[in-house]
Amino acid sequence: MGNALLQLCYLFGSVTFIMGLKMLSHPDTARKGNLVAAAGMIISIFGTIFLFRSENAEHLHNYVWIFAALAIGTVVGTMAAKKVQMTAMPEMVSLFNGMGGACAMLISIVEYRRVMDLVAATPGYVPETGKMIVVVLGMLIGTVSFAGSMIAWGKLNGRIKDRTIPGGQMINFVIFAGLIVLVAIVVGGFFPAMPALFYGILALAALYGVLFVMPIGGADMPVVISLLNSFTGVAAAFGGFLYNNPVMLTGGILVGSAGTILTILMCKAMNRSLKNVLIGSFGGAKATAGGAAKEQGNYKEISVSDSATLMAYATKVIIIPGYGLAVAQAQHVCHELEKVLEEKGVEVMYGIHPVAGRMPGHMNVLLAEADVPYEKLLEMEDANDQMSTTNVVLILGANDVVNPAAKEDPSSPIYGMPILEVEKAEHVIVNKRSMKPGYAGIENELFFRPKTSMLFGDAKKALQSLVSELKQM
Amino acid sequence: MHSITELFTNEATYRLITIVILSIFLGIEVISRVPSVLHTPLMSGANAIHGVVIIGAIIVMGEAKTDDYVALTLGFLAVILGTLNVVGGFVVTDRMLEMFSKKKKK
Repeated sequence: MGNALLQLCYLFGSVTFIMGLKMLSHPDTARKGNLVAAAGMIISIFGTIFLFRSENAEHLHNYVWIFAALAIGTVVGTMAAKKVQMTAMPEMVSLFNGMGGACAMLISIVEYRRVMDLVAATPGYVPETGKMIVVVLGMLIGTVSFAGSMIAWGKLNGRIKDRTIPGGQMINFVIFAGLIVLVAIVVGGFFPAMPALFYGILALAALYGVLFVMPIGGADMPVVISLLNSFTGVAAAFGGFLYNNPVMLTGGILVGSAGTILTILMCKAMNRSLKNVLIGSFGGAKATAGGAAKEQGNYKEISVSDSATLMAYATKVIIIPGYGLAVAQAQHVCHELEKVLEEKGVEVMYGIHPVAGRMPGHMNVLLAEADVPYEKLLEMEDANDQMSTTNVVLILGANDVVNPAAKEDPSSPIYGMPILEVEKAEHVIVNKRSMKPGYAGIENELFFRPKTSMLFGDAKKALQSLVSELKQM
Repeated sequence: MHSITELFTNEATYRLITIVILSIFLGIEVISRVPSVLHTPLMSGANAIHGVVIIGAIIVMGEAKTDDYVALTLGFLAVILGTLNVVGGFVVTDRMLEMFSKKKKK
């Protein structure tokens, strides 16, 4: 009876996950979808706690420990999630993703120890191949995801700098090959040396995770997070195999396949293949470009009042936000600028590049926080259609997504990536803190073009002075 | 060593593999029509959903012998981490989406 009820809980959980994901993909139902999935999760968790029976029909025990851990996780998780700044969201997702990976890793370690205990206690006992595959691969993928997410987290919040390891790809390949061999040996059941081999896989997987994310540079970070997200999904699904548990299986696989699709969509937006992102990282290109050596010519500076005048007398202004806007927390001032301009009869819109910022949709979330109306956000193609009738383009802390090298310079690492074609507009004003290249480390020709004027300064301060200037006009 | 073909003749395993394959298609189907505006919340929501791995952690914890301190400690950690993934994931997603809906009403 209890078991039938539990299976019903799991079925309910699986259905809510599917519905939740479905609803999350429409703006009107997204929030409800998230709650629906959360409800299914709660029912699945409490169903497991109270109804689960082991193979010998025993209830679970250690309730005090379980509830203590649940309480700690809930309090810490809620606080962290409530406190985090909107700009730090990508790091947060990466961090939570790492927690899930680590969870899968720990489960596999405990299960492996149980198998080893059985082997020690019963002479001649051979663990099932299927179970070993599931335990070992679950641990491996969970560990890679955990280590990779931690590095991604560190890189996004600036604690870890981009670093290219000489011969890194070769090392990664060797580690990968080593992992395959080790997994084959462990799963194949060559016993005496097994614990050492198992923990060898653990160590190698962690190393692989670190080295895999380490050289991948800024513009590609969204792709990596999305990929690691689907890794953790697969690791969770291995848990589903291990416990013959349908809800872990559906939840994990859904995220695994959805995450993969999202990853591919992102690669498409940049017109690059996944392989290209993972192997031909921007980090390597940075060293060869030797940026400083190349003479770039002169750039033109523009004052705040000139910028304000230019925009006030425009009929159409397109604002292009980038990571600089997020860092400066300037989304609210940006909205204010938009309102001031609209009062003066200027049509204002936003051009959103799919990979602007550090995550897909990063800019949308940021601007939504500042109450910018949904209709004002143009996707890249629509924005490009509008460029030729636009008087002023204001670029706020975006760089690589407007770099003409992506169209013109076949030797550029971002060649082929679709960009916002800002040069079709009459004037381009670029707000940046300095002339330093963007996160991907590539020089930007745009800043030296005749149409372009540079407005130096922190995005927030620059926008504030623009707004006050405009209000006086 | 047991043969791999056994995996497919075992009824429970066969059932699980069926679920996996159907779920892959379902995941692709459900996701492929998402406007890019919702990419970040979607990724975050999916991130919370794979926190379902916590169920495995609860089972590990609940089946551990009361004197097996290594298993208890690892299981305890696993439940905490899994809870962080689930709770943090859903709360962060809700916060993001709250902004979308707030703006909708205006």
